[in-house]
Amino acid sequence: MENNIPKSSIKKTLLKLSVGAIGMFVFAVFLMPPLYYALCDLTGIGGKTAGRYESKDTTIDTTRTVKVQFLTINNGSMPWDFSPRVTEVVVHPGEAKAVTFYAKNRTSKNMVAQAVPNLTPFNATNYFHKTECFCFNQQPLNAWDEIDMPLVFIVDKDIPKSVNTITLSYTLFDITESTNDLTVAQLN
Amino acid sequence: MAHGPAKGIGRWFFTTNHKDIGTLYLWFSFAMFLMGGFFAMVIRAELFQPGMQIIKPEFFNQMTTMHGLVMVFGAIMPAFVGLANWMIPMQIGAPDMALPRMNNLSFWILPMAFTILTATLFMEGGAPNFGWTFYAPLSTTYAPPTVNYFIFGVHLMGASSIMGSINIIATVLNMRAPGMTLMKMPMFVWTWLITAFLLIAVMPVLAGAVTMMLMDINFGTSFFNAAGGGDPVLFQHVFWFFGHPEVYIIILPAFGVISHIIPAFSRKPLFGYSSMVYATASIAFLSFIVWAHHMFLVGMPIGGELYFMYATMLIAVPTAAKVFNWISTMFRGSLTFETPMLYAVAFVILFTIGGFTGIMLAVAPADIQYHDTYFVVAHFHYVMVAGAIFSSTAAVYYWLPKWTGKMYNETMGKVQFWIGFIGFNVTFFPQHFIGLAGMPRRYSDYALQFSDWNMISSTGAFIYGTAQLLFLYNVITTIRSGKPVSEPKTWDGAEGLEWTLPTPAPYHTFTTPPAVK
Repeated sequence: MENNIPKSSIKKTLLKLSVGAIGMFVFAVFLMPPLYYALCDLTGIGGKTAGRYESKDTTIDTTRTVKVQFLTINNGSMPWDFSPRVTEVVVHPGEAKAVTFYAKNRTSKNMVAQAVPNLTPFNATNYFHKTECFCFNQQPLNAWDEIDMPLVFIVDKDIPKSVNTITLSYTLFDITESTNDLTVAQLN
Repeated sequence: MAHGPAKGIGRWFFTTNHKDIGTLYLWFSFAMFLMGGFFAMVIRAELFQPGMQIIKPEFFNQMTTMHGLVMVFGAIMPAFVGLANWMIPMQIGAPDMALPRMNNLSFWILPMAFTILTATLFMEGGAPNFGWTFYAPLSTTYAPPTVNYFIFGVHLMGASSIMGSINIIATVLNMRAPGMTLMKMPMFVWTWLITAFLLIAVMPVLAGAVTMMLMDINFGTSFFNAAGGGDPVLFQHVFWFFGHPEVYIIILPAFGVISHIIPAFSRKPLFGYSSMVYATASIAFLSFIVWAHHMFLVGMPIGGELYFMYATMLIAVPTAAKVFNWISTMFRGSLTFETPMLYAVAFVILFTIGGFTGIMLAVAPADIQYHDTYFVVAHFHYVMVAGAIFSSTAAVYYWLPKWTGKMYNETMGKVQFWIGFIGFNVTFFPQHFIGLAGMPRRYSDYALQFSDWNMISSTGAFIYGTAQLLFLYNVITTIRSGKPVSEPKTWDGAEGLEWTLPTPAPYHTFTTPPAVK
């Protein structure tokens, strides 16, 4: 019965398919996340705003206005007070606008937080620039301390005509445990 | 060459015979089916009345999670791998699977995987409770500590499936009898060949998803953690990139089984064989490009919603081709309704209902209402239970005489079918109504207006559960004391190489390949 089993071509099939399976694993772990983030950055569909922006053009388009609304969310059981000082501003595209967010550590231990931005509608994501934002850095805060955190932003003059209102939300995460002890120690 | 199986229990541990391994897979699958079914009974017993009566909500979540995982990975998938092991070599005229030792390994990994998974029920923190879709961060940040056992279990299941698939492809591509060209292969072999390619493409993605979870939980990465720059929505994309092909992995071999049974009991060849092959391949291809229809509510741009909506609806076209082919096969046939045929006809009707509700769910704006309600539960049980479970039950009744040389009791088979059929519909049809009325899935309690339908649904579930015990009884009595049969063709209308073999099928078959015209 062994005579008619084509051993070498079975081995070849086995090899090809194993390479295929390993290739798909590599694709899932090492390619899918970067591809996903690249697509999100390109189109803005993730609502994730970009990092620090260096403004070059200082002209302001006074012919139109865009309303920008601010939302804050505490992730899970994050115990801080966290809110925008103003919930809504109206700006001209091109104009640099500064607003502040208030945070208070309502616990008796020193903590570190990280704010994560999300913007809607998605087609405004790549036209919303931040020249200064508390979300660029981790935010340590001693027990019972409070702070006003800055955000300076410019709505791009090329923002699609259909966008009249932008909603920017920040979710505040407690990252005390995952930050190295140094950061917390510096506070003390 | 005439030697038979080894003696004693060692036969089952060390066997490399495709029939033995097929038997092991089928019994393992049935054991998992009873366990997953028991979890379902716990769920339905709790939902019999509103309020909490029997179990705690935390345990309810463990039950829904374990029910889904055990049924998908433990019952349905191994059932079809078992059928593939038994039938593919016999249908293509091969002496055994191409890689018999790996075949043994891929089976014996499975009991290990499910021991690890079910052991979590007895551990501190309880079993996984985040649903069978294990969305991050429920399965990462908020998971019970047993999640690591779950991850390891999934890795093992994935390894087993990949090895099984490699074996099936290697067998089908290299070991067909001379003269059996690809387009002469039986449909069950075709559907399994395509399924095996799907498995090799997506099981590693599932392994990747749980590996990223493992890294996030234990090694401080942030694949799915927004605070660290990751994105939980990424998890859903990776999961459904695996998950959508997975549902076709479950249903394609079922299509293959039905494509054998309907012609046999219609006494006509399968209508539109080549269109069946192309339809199967098209479904498999489309399954890779529609995954985000499970995620209409994550906040996709309108273009994305439209694309995934239309692409999903497109799958209805090849699927309808199959349904019409089955109906055309029956048209003007000399139909008889033995138990396998009853199951096959029920499959066609109920699977089509499940397909239609699938099209309803594909409509992105309507899905906002249907998402995560009992309507979805009803939909996927119509395609998975009436699809995969009915067809594998049909396959067992159809091929059992060939496997054992004993005939099952036709009356008992029909009784079992009708109890199961009625029980199934009483369970799941009302779930369409409560789903449309807004009852969310995965909750241990519900608003009072859903009470009546839930009580009916639970009653149906107990009836359906009983029917499965009757199925077990039927199979055991057939093996022990069924009427012996010896003619090669159990069913006069059945075609295919397996029916040219003696009954019961000898331990070694086709040691010299048959000639295929």
